[in-house]
Amino acid sequence: MIDTLRLTAEDAAGLLKRKEVSSEELTRAYRASIAERDPELHAYLHVTESADGDGVPIALKDVITTKGVPTTAASRILGGYVPVFDSTVAACCKDAGLPLLGKTNLDEFAMGSSTENSGFGPTRNPWDPERVPGGSSGGSAAAVAGGLAPWALGSDTGGSIKQPASLCGLVGLRPTYGTVSRYGIVAFASSLDQVGPLTKTVRDSALLMQVISGADPRDSTTVELPQPIELPEAEDLRGLRIGIPRELNEAEGMEPGVKQSVDAAIRLAEELGAEVGETRLPRSVEFGLACYYLIAPAEASANLARYDGVRFGHRAQVDGDLTELYERTRWEGFGDEPKRRIMLGTYALSAGYYEAYYGQAQKVRTVIKDEFAAAFRDFDLLVSPTSPTVAFRLGEKAENPLAMYLSDVLTIPPNMAGLPGLSIPCGLSEGLPVGLQLIGPQFSENALFRAGHALERAFAFDYVPERLR
Amino acid sequence: MTGWEPVVGLEIHIQLKTQTKMFCRCENVWGEGPNTRTCPVCLAHPGTLPVPNGRAIEWAVKLGLALGCEVAERSVFHRKNYFYPDLPKGYQISQYDEPLCTAGRFAVPGSGGDHEIGIVRAHLEEDAAKTVHVGGKAGRISGAAHSLVDFNRGGTPLVEIVTEPDLHSPEEARRFLQLLRQTVVELGISDAEMEKGSLRCDANVSVRRQGEEGLRTKTELKNMNSFKFVGDGIAAEVARQIEVYESGGEVGQETLHFDPASGRISSLRSKEEAHDYRYFPEPDLVPVEPPAALVERMRAEIGELPAARIRRLEGELDFDLSYGLVASGRDELYERVPGERRAVANVVMNQLAATGAHPGRVNAEELGKLIEARDRIPRATFDEALTAAGEPGFTAERYLAEEAVTDASELDPVIERILAANGSQVAAYRSGKEGLLGFFVGQVMRETQGKANPKVVNERLRERLGA
Repeated sequence: MIDTLRLTAEDAAGLLKRKEVSSEELTRAYRASIAERDPELHAYLHVTESADGDGVPIALKDVITTKGVPTTAASRILGGYVPVFDSTVAACCKDAGLPLLGKTNLDEFAMGSSTENSGFGPTRNPWDPERVPGGSSGGSAAAVAGGLAPWALGSDTGGSIKQPASLCGLVGLRPTYGTVSRYGIVAFASSLDQVGPLTKTVRDSALLMQVISGADPRDSTTVELPQPIELPEAEDLRGLRIGIPRELNEAEGMEPGVKQSVDAAIRLAEELGAEVGETRLPRSVEFGLACYYLIAPAEASANLARYDGVRFGHRAQVDGDLTELYERTRWEGFGDEPKRRIMLGTYALSAGYYEAYYGQAQKVRTVIKDEFAAAFRDFDLLVSPTSPTVAFRLGEKAENPLAMYLSDVLTIPPNMAGLPGLSIPCGLSEGLPVGLQLIGPQFSENALFRAGHALERAFAFDYVPERLR
Repeated sequence: MTGWEPVVGLEIHIQLKTQTKMFCRCENVWGEGPNTRTCPVCLAHPGTLPVPNGRAIEWAVKLGLALGCEVAERSVFHRKNYFYPDLPKGYQISQYDEPLCTAGRFAVPGSGGDHEIGIVRAHLEEDAAKTVHVGGKAGRISGAAHSLVDFNRGGTPLVEIVTEPDLHSPEEARRFLQLLRQTVVELGISDAEMEKGSLRCDANVSVRRQGEEGLRTKTELKNMNSFKFVGDGIAAEVARQIEVYESGGEVGQETLHFDPASGRISSLRSKEEAHDYRYFPEPDLVPVEPPAALVERMRAEIGELPAARIRRLEGELDFDLSYGLVASGRDELYERVPGERRAVANVVMNQLAATGAHPGRVNAEELGKLIEARDRIPRATFDEALTAAGEPGFTAERYLAEEAVTDASELDPVIERILAANGSQVAAYRSGKEGLLGFFVGQVMRETQGKANPKVVNERLRERLGA
């Protein structure tokens, strides 16, 4: 009997290697869990009927293009679109023999922090179905936390892997920008989008990074990691200098339970041998969010221009001219959040406003990079909560975009600097998981994994949602 | 026209003939069936990314150097945003404030000396797809029942060249464009054929009073698809603007279309509804930083430029012949052919060109022998030999054997026959109409099937008619 809620991908790989179970049996077990629990969770937008591969099955966020398998980015405007090619990461998974379980739900075009912005209905948090799983990779997070997939890939622009990992009690890595190919990832904000793993353990995260990372000739912004990804072994943090950026740990709207959990985690890190000290990121935190909400929508406004009803996806039925075809198609196909961001971005790039908005935001981005670089002169890693809150209730922030945007206030600053970040569960608050964000310099994935693994052992967090144990 | 000076700047687009497209690896080829050279990247399927064509960057550098430009150490691609079905991404990847090549000068020789035309920039971008409007008038969108898009052309590497408003006559604009085309063809980077659209030209036109400082409002003349139309279009627009000013009006900023059939200028759209293209740096691409070694390698591959060659040829020929040889790419053959320079130039430029023989395939030594002997051999034989001059293994020998008839004893009976048969013309000649000599020469040439030596015939006729 395979316990899909408990089984890690690493353990599953062990079972396969020892031939105690076949890949088909594994896939069958996860399909059974999907059939049982997905009607409640709605983690998947599409479940495959068959898939090739002899490895540990995987779920992919529905921005990841899969040849012959519908890919919608949770948008009605991509209704009926079946890609004719594989994204590089999907091809990497195929090459590694990972059968595709299905495509997971998200906020439309990865724009959101709760998965409520999906064009096909929200996903629910396996810890509490009245609550959101976070977003935008909420479907991938709910699938792994709910035992509907051993591991999954998400994508992270402003925090879309780290924040749902935090809200669902999982490990989520946002890799260094440029280490995982974006070829075939439905684009939201090209200078920020990055694919990464959502897993039950840090070692699973490292295993999946080994599969997906590396330079890709189809993506000019990729580079090779300077060192190959290693599976972490160490259980202490001796010699590690951990910085606590005050502004990230005392942010507005931080729940006391979250703060307590994170403070306890930091004390534990000291017990494990880390040197802990305070540092400052004043401008990154003050301006990061504003800067993000200029750059990301600006890039999105161009990236979403291709959805015009001419070549693929939804096309409105109109009697009028070309302009009417464009307008009706886009009016019917896009939900409120993409429309909001297209308008914001178009405005930020308009003649006469470019310098004040987009141009200024790019300059601030440089300031943020410099501020982080300065902090990394004194510290190896920085630590903060991943999200200021635990999972919130469905509908709680849906009517207030600004409140929703603040969910990402702690994940956005390092993303703006292109830095890798790992979220690991560090405890519970009100019975819901709290995530600890570890931020490292560019290409510090191995350091993040080593620290994350040692802390994970010390926390002994049980990633199976209490109500499902 | 008197008292007014045309001020013209050109915007030229040149399709590079790289094997593959600018940002994907689709074959870059003209004339294939619609939508047979496409892929997810050039159709802008979700998630696809551009990867720049290294050869296109090299060639754009090369062209920039030939235009005397500075090559940027760091150059950036931008997104130019607008909606149109020929633009599948909804933006064109182009360059904006950090183009690959800037600040060049390109000399246009004229009979009165060189005129240096400033090159503002030469940048790289991707071509749009081709839209075909069906059911409308002359392929125009207005009145069309529907439109079809052929994405084969979409993503073709394109160099855009923008000149300073340094051109001061339609003729000079035409000459600039011809020499630019010749340069591009010689660099081997484009077919640069206007009728196929691999060379396209828009002109920014204004006029001002002779001696006036500053620039008046300009209009943009779109897509004139031959050298002649570029000259004619600019001339028509210059005349229109002068007329507007002289009748007390003002020229408005607008985009215009030149109809070569009627010679008329019509308005395409007013600039007031101009697009805001919302340029921003293309985040899917890293900056282009051409290494110094590459720039030097490209520089070394550039031969002597047309203007320099025209100036050199002017040492032995007049301007028109020098220009004509260089602008038509025939000067290389001209320089290889031995013999009296003017005679060689005339044959290469006119008679040989008329035969359609490819100048690069002509055996220059043999052609030289032929030209040297052209007064001694029959005219028909000479023409026949020129036609064969481009064929492999051509030698002059066989044609030189056919010496023209120079023997007076052979020609005199023919001359006698012709004078006898044209008594009234003979009388007219003798009463002073000496222009009739040509008539008699023609008759003799016809009678001898072109084999008579025209020089000898002339002499004999003069002698006989003078008697």
